[in-house]
Amino acid sequence: MGDVETAVRSTLRAGEADAPRNSEVAYFGPDKPLKLDAGVELSPFQIAYKTYGTLNADRSNAVLICHALTGDQHAASPNPVTGKPGWWVTMVGPGKPIDTERYFVICSNVIGSCMGSTGPASTNPKTGEPWGLDFPVITIRDMVRAQAMLLDALNIETLFAVAGGSMGGMQVLQWAASFPKRVFCALPLACATRHSAQNIAFHEVGRQAVMADPEWHHGRYVVEGTEPRRGLAVARMAAHITYLSDAALHRKFGRKFQDRDKPTFSFDADFEVESYLRHQGSSFVERFDANSYLYLTRAMDYFDLAADHGGAVANAFRGLDTRFCVVSFTSDWLFPTSESRNIVHALNASGGRVSFAEIVTDKGHDAFLLDEPELFAITRGFLDGAAKMRGLNNGG
Amino acid sequence: MLSRLKRDLTMADTARVADGARIDLLLVADMIAPGSRVLDIGAGDGELLRILGEQRGVDGRGIELSREGVNECAAKGLAVIQGDADTDLDHYPDDAFDYVILSQTLQAMRRPRVVLENMLRIGRNAVVSFPNFGHGRIRLQLGLGGHMPSTDNLPYAWWESPNIRFCTIKDVRDLCDVVNAKMERAVALNAYGKPLGFNAPWWFWNLFGEQAVFLLSRRG
Repeated sequence: MGDVETAVRSTLRAGEADAPRNSEVAYFGPDKPLKLDAGVELSPFQIAYKTYGTLNADRSNAVLICHALTGDQHAASPNPVTGKPGWWVTMVGPGKPIDTERYFVICSNVIGSCMGSTGPASTNPKTGEPWGLDFPVITIRDMVRAQAMLLDALNIETLFAVAGGSMGGMQVLQWAASFPKRVFCALPLACATRHSAQNIAFHEVGRQAVMADPEWHHGRYVVEGTEPRRGLAVARMAAHITYLSDAALHRKFGRKFQDRDKPTFSFDADFEVESYLRHQGSSFVERFDANSYLYLTRAMDYFDLAADHGGAVANAFRGLDTRFCVVSFTSDWLFPTSESRNIVHALNASGGRVSFAEIVTDKGHDAFLLDEPELFAITRGFLDGAAKMRGLNNGG
Repeated sequence: MLSRLKRDLTMADTARVADGARIDLLLVADMIAPGSRVLDIGAGDGELLRILGEQRGVDGRGIELSREGVNECAAKGLAVIQGDADTDLDHYPDDAFDYVILSQTLQAMRRPRVVLENMLRIGRNAVVSFPNFGHGRIRLQLGLGGHMPSTDNLPYAWWESPNIRFCTIKDVRDLCDVVNAKMERAVALNAYGKPLGFNAPWWFWNLFGEQAVFLLSRRG
């Protein structure tokens, strides 16, 4: 790829932070600050979001989709930066399990991200420069608070459903804990009530890779006219391995060579799996901001529902009417089934209503984003059942 | 005498209603007060929870060991979780349910006593249905045939059977005494899937009942 093309792409991507394309933007002025767990207020700020489908007359068919670490609001429509289809088109759309002919689907970019909601890549109105490391550290709870403010702005009191996987699943759990009366049913997929030590460790490797890149300039790379491309690419490569599984990598690549039939006795990408990872790293850099990566991984690290509720997750769910559908995947070693089971046990202990299924797949953590017919059947069945109880008819 | 008994039992099998298992479920459902909170252990494909929800307006939950069963239940919109009753009941608080149901699963438990005690702790009532290994035809297969029985209700060969705790109606009655459970109601079904007379003696039920359903409560 030529330097010019790279520069153009970087500029286009950077533009998303303040003026996202193909998105709605809700603006919250000085009268509506976002109170953060860090003890400071973020103000003014904005949230970029997309909606699909139609809100019904009594405003009861809204479904909030929460995206994962590097996801965005473009769940079911093409991504303006990559030109690729939305990240959850398998799940969200007309006739899909989260049926946009039936539900009014909202997907917002989390704060701290870089696709139009306020984050470290956004312009700090006080300085006219990107926030960088001056941006306050945010938490999953802060993200959910911001989403609740968006719903207030859209005049939606209760959500029929909140759904998401991985970091999106953490937001789903936080939604039920923070706003139990506003969530009729919840689908936390491939997630946990807390980030494990191993997961924090992986995130730290990623952050250190970014910060070790001399082009990072303590987060001031935009002002310095540089970009920590190599550091962020390495972070993504390491993280990407955790999203797959040993079996999936072996099935896809084995020990196959890349465009050659024998080793070159060099450090070229001899193996297909190396070439694949390098591609994952470099294409990620085209679409994501390095500082946002630091902030969002940090938010996940801080997530611990039990710690926020007197040491027991069950306290977070006490007295809930929300119906849960928890799903895990057998080959997911980032958020293994045991983590989902903890969610289920906590819900049982607090008398919650929960369905829980573990789906057999070798696709690893990313399975929730992929073609998993069983996941679709379960989501569809769960939402159908909940819709009946909610009194939503087929016409929405 | 024995051959006549054998013939009668075989005829009973032929005449047996095709949907015999459903009769068992309906009988269980009949013991559940409308609108109550129910935990179904070994929910299978969710048929009982569906019946309870539709006919009794029950707030139902389920546990099922097999992944296929759980996923089928979840896809039906039922609140069923993948879990093992032998270990996972410990996570439920006391008195969480009005009824805890264990249908056709007691004989597959590693620790039936602990499971039954847990059921009576979690629920105010327990409903247990189970196949009767004391049934005449089973006795004949073992006693005269000399091999482990295999019937329509219990179709497995011994080396692949999930049933690891063979028990008769009398045996389960004795277990109820051991765990200090009070027998509120007991029904035995014959091979036709019909309830045997309520006033029949236990030995009669134990010989002619293909399966039985007990409604239990905590004593004292």
